[in-house]
Amino acid sequence: MARTFKVALGQVRPVLGDVAANVEKHLAWAARAREEGASLIVFPELGLTGYQVQDLTLDVARPPAHPDIQRLVAASQDLDIVFSFVEESDEHLFYVACAYAAEGRMVALHRKVFLPTYGMFDEGRYVAPGRRFAAFPTRFGRAGMLICEDAWHLTSPYLLALDGAHLLILPASSPARSVQDEEGFGSQSFWRKLLEVYARLLGVHILFVNRVGFEDGVGFFGGSFVMAPDGERIAEAPVLQEALVTAEVDLTLLRRVRYTTPILRDEKPELVLRALERWLVRRDASAFPARDEAEEGCRP
Amino acid sequence: MRASIARRLQINAALTTDTLTAFLREEVEKAGFDRVIFGLSGGIDSAVVAYLATRAFGPKRVRAVMMPYRTSHPSSLADARAVVAALGIPSVVIDITGPVDAYFKQVDEVLGVAASPLRRGNRMARERMCTLFDLSAHDQALVLGTSNKTELLLGYGTQFGDLASAINPIGDLYKCQVRQLARYLGVPQPILDKPPSADLWADQTDEKELGFTYDEADEVLFQLVDLRLSPDELIADGYPPALVTAIARRVQRNQYKRRTPVIAKVSGRTVGLDFRYLRDWGL
Repeated sequence: MARTFKVALGQVRPVLGDVAANVEKHLAWAARAREEGASLIVFPELGLTGYQVQDLTLDVARPPAHPDIQRLVAASQDLDIVFSFVEESDEHLFYVACAYAAEGRMVALHRKVFLPTYGMFDEGRYVAPGRRFAAFPTRFGRAGMLICEDAWHLTSPYLLALDGAHLLILPASSPARSVQDEEGFGSQSFWRKLLEVYARLLGVHILFVNRVGFEDGVGFFGGSFVMAPDGERIAEAPVLQEALVTAEVDLTLLRRVRYTTPILRDEKPELVLRALERWLVRRDASAFPARDEAEEGCRP
Repeated sequence: MRASIARRLQINAALTTDTLTAFLREEVEKAGFDRVIFGLSGGIDSAVVAYLATRAFGPKRVRAVMMPYRTSHPSSLADARAVVAALGIPSVVIDITGPVDAYFKQVDEVLGVAASPLRRGNRMARERMCTLFDLSAHDQALVLGTSNKTELLLGYGTQFGDLASAINPIGDLYKCQVRQLARYLGVPQPILDKPPSADLWADQTDEKELGFTYDEADEVLFQLVDLRLSPDELIADGYPPALVTAIARRVQRNQYKRRTPVIAKVSGRTVGLDFRYLRDWGL
């Protein structure tokens, strides 16, 4: 395995609902990344469809075997490509998904587990949640994918790190919110802090790729970055504009960081498992009253 | 305004400007337009919109429309002209006295009663809207809204009048935040200093008509809306009950102004209810 590799962050502005146009842009940017010597390009969440697809879900959804998807997969001969779309399963369930394609094959497909359905978000109305986090082998070591809100749950990166991920790939559609902060958007500051903590606690490289552009007044801030396992942002894209940013990822750093601060080594998943089992039993017991009480309550 | 709230209402003006100019460019160009048009009253809100639009599109692709009525304060037109001169943007003055007076001459006669100042004010606001949308067709331009978040929440505006627009860059900024942005953008000082007024009748000021100041409104609205505190919680925190209640009631009573008309559902899929697409659909 190479000691370093060049990654490209494809901070695009997708066209809402126009899969063909977005596929073309992905292919064009992948070609540019290849010219710049990148071995991997990562595109944002729902880069093939736009974010707030709402009732367009039915029009933009694609099964993995669809020619639109396979064109991008086929383009991954000498450049690994991570891209995101609305996936339609054989059962006609719809998912926010991202695919890892390499050597002309789809190596992994992650379905977004945590669908924000509160405040300005409404994902759970249109799509089904994924049910697992799993790491997978790549030529840069084991990797795991998280889609935007997935990373706002502590357990997701934890599970991927335990599953052996050295690299967390994080496509996002994160809105530009809160302009009070001197440093930048409030949402941007939060992502930087959150992912710095994950990188340092789990000893992982993180590729955060956020889209730009506006949808009905909601702007997405961009600001994609590469974070090293020591918490350093080694490359960062500008806000509010499309950008193809490349960075050299030093894979040897992970070895030294994990030796120096062996937090992952000292994790105790069996303790977590036992505690969760006990907690689940207790929770179920308190959520559902004992049989006698329930029957008592139902009596007219 | 309490210092703790004032601090939270402070905006990063440079970042806000970048966001709003990107918003204007992208939403306008996506819709297939390359020009914008807006009413310029001489007040701070439309002045800020003029500065943002000029930053977004350059001076040649914007047009300011000044639409005085015979009772408008002369300084309003002078202040608007100062903005036009400072930005070097195309502008036009359309006096709305003729159509508004002709309308009320007829209607007052038919109804046998002189129209109230409120009706006259609303008619003026709607005459300006009609003028702007007509000129927008002539210019092949989109109409920019100039209502701020304080006005939208209070419902302090005329439905289908000044509240009408294609896109609005300042609708999520409270009045005090519009002032901060105005200072950053270099809006002329006399506009920053004068009391806000809809200028629909002589000596009208917004704060006199509302019964509270914009700072008071912003302080209460920010906590009700952004922080999701209840009126009771604000009153318990020491805010005057009459003020909190008046503001909360206005927000609730004027919800209709912020929504499209209600449609009776009789089919399986209804516009505005379960026919869900962004306005940016297909753009």
